[in-house]
Amino acid sequence: MRKRSAWLWTAALLAYAFLYLPLVIVVVYSFNDSRLNAEWVGFTLDWYRKLFANEEMLLAAGNSLLIGLVASGVSTVLGTMAGIAMYRYRLRALPILVLTPIAIPEILMGVALLIFFVMLNFTLGLVSVALAHIAFCIGFVAIVVRARMAGMDESLVEAARDCGATPLQAFVHVTLPLIMPGVIAGALMAFTLSIDDFVITFFTAGAGTVTLPLQIYSMIKIAVTPEVNAVSTLLMLLTLMLIVIASKVSPSLLRSD
Amino acid sequence: MHKRAPAWLGKWLVSGPPLLYLVVFFAVPSLIMVLASFRTPGEFGGLAPLVDESGAVDLTLDSYTRLLSEPLYAEIFVKSFWYALVTTVVCLVLAYPLATLIAKSERRHRDLLLLLVILPFWSNFLIRVYAWMIILGPNAALARAVNGVLALFGHEPVPLLFSAFAVLVCLVYVHLPFMVLPLYANLEKHDQSLLDAAQDLGASAWQRFWRITFPLSLPGVYAGSALVFIPAFGIFAIPDILGGPDDSLIGNVIKQQFLETRDWPFGSVLSLVLTVLALALAGLAAWIGQRGVGRLASGDA
Repeated sequence: MRKRSAWLWTAALLAYAFLYLPLVIVVVYSFNDSRLNAEWVGFTLDWYRKLFANEEMLLAAGNSLLIGLVASGVSTVLGTMAGIAMYRYRLRALPILVLTPIAIPEILMGVALLIFFVMLNFTLGLVSVALAHIAFCIGFVAIVVRARMAGMDESLVEAARDCGATPLQAFVHVTLPLIMPGVIAGALMAFTLSIDDFVITFFTAGAGTVTLPLQIYSMIKIAVTPEVNAVSTLLMLLTLMLIVIASKVSPSLLRSD
Repeated sequence: MHKRAPAWLGKWLVSGPPLLYLVVFFAVPSLIMVLASFRTPGEFGGLAPLVDESGAVDLTLDSYTRLLSEPLYAEIFVKSFWYALVTTVVCLVLAYPLATLIAKSERRHRDLLLLLVILPFWSNFLIRVYAWMIILGPNAALARAVNGVLALFGHEPVPLLFSAFAVLVCLVYVHLPFMVLPLYANLEKHDQSLLDAAQDLGASAWQRFWRITFPLSLPGVYAGSALVFIPAFGIFAIPDILGGPDDSLIGNVIKQQFLETRDWPFGSVLSLVLTVLALALAGLAAWIGQRGVGRLASGDA
C-alpha cells in the first residue's frame, strides 16, 4: 500500500509540475532584466512600467473590461433564466441551444457569427464581440444556476405562493436569494470567460477593434517580449482574484460533486 | 385557492428571452452557415448574390465536391484527427494517476488538490500557449540541453518550437484538466470493498486495477476523452502560434478560408464537416460508455 501511494504521489507531482511550471516561468520572467526569455539576469519592474505606458495595451484592456462587464451582465440575466427554466420545465430545445455552443469547437461559433454579422451588414466591433460573448456565456451561467436550483427546496416557493405571493414576489424573495451564490459565481465565470476569450473574439472583432487577448496574440506573433509576460502576470492575478471571490460566494463551484 | 397565472405564461416568461437570444445568435448563424455551404463565393470574397440577374437561384454542391475531389483536405482532417487522438491518449495517461490520487486522498485535501488542477484552466488560454513559446524557445535551457545531447551523437540541432512536438505538448497542457475532472468524479464513487475483496481472493495490484478499477472507470474515461478530443480536433490557435508550416490543422484551414482566401462557402463546408465529425465522435463515446456501464451492471461480477 505504501509503495503504491509513493508511486502515485510521484506521478501526480509530475503532473502538477507540468501544469504549473509554464505559468511560473511567465511570472518569473516578467520581472527579469533581460529582453530574452532565456535566463535570469536580474530583477526589474521595467516591463510593467512599459506596459502602463503602452497606450494600445491600455485601450485593449479598457475594451476587454467593457465587453466583459456588458457580456457578463447580460449573460448572467439570460443564463439565470435559462438555468431556472432547464430545471423547472421540460423543454427539449432549451438545453440543446444552451449546451451546444459549449460542446462544439469554439471556431465554429466564431465563423458562424462572422458570416451572420457580415451578411446583416452589422459593423464588426465592440458590439458584435459583446453579442457573441453573451451567446457563449449563457450556457456556463445556466449550468451553475441549474446545479444550484437542484440543491434548492422547491417547496419553499410553493409555500410562498400558498401564502399569497405573486410569482414575481416568490421569485424575488425566495428563489433569487436561495440561488444567489450560483448567480454570482456564474457572473464571475462569465466575466472571466469573456475577458479571456480569444477564438470567438478573433472572428467577430473586425480589423479595427482590439481586446487584451487579441493584443497579446498580435504581440506574440511578432516577437516574444517580457512585456507580454507582464500583462500575462497581471491577467493571471485578476483571474485568481475572481476565482477566490467566486469560491467564497459559492464553495460548491470548485467541487466536482 | 387563489387565482394563479396560467403555467405556460411563467414558463415562457422565464425561458423565452434566453431561448430567443440563442436562436438569433446561435441557431440562425449556424443555419446561415449551412445555407452558405451551398452557395458560390462572391467576386470579392463573401457570397455571390443568392438570386443573380437572370433570376436563377444560386445553390450548388460545388464546395462539397471540391472537398471530396481535393485529397489535401481529407488529409488535413485525418491529420487533425491524429493530433487530437494523441492528445487524448496522453492526457488520459497523465490524468489517471492524478485523478486516482485525488480520489484516494483524504476528504479535506480533495478540494485543494482539485482546485490546483482547475486553476491553470482559468488563466488566459493565450498565456498558456505563450508560456510554451518561452519554454521551447531556441535560447531556453530545454532546447540547449536537448541539442547538447543530440550533438554528442553527432546529430544536427533540432528546433523544439514551431514543430509538431510543440503543438502536441501544448494541446496536452491545455486540455489536461478536462480529462482529470470526469475521471476524478468517476473514481471517487468506486467502492473500496470490491478491491479489498479482490485482494482477499489473491488478485495482484495489477489485476485489481485492470479487472476492476479500469472497467468501472470507463464512463469517466469516455467523458474525459470527449471533452479533450472535441476542442482539440477544432483547435486553431495552438498550431497557429506554436506549429511549423506542416502543422496546419483543420481549424487553421477554416480560419484561412474565412479571413484570407475569403471563400465562405468552402469554409462553411469544412466547418460543418468538422461539427458533424466532432459531435458524431462524442455521441459514439457516450454510446460506448453507456453500453459499457450497462454491461458491467448486468454482469455477474
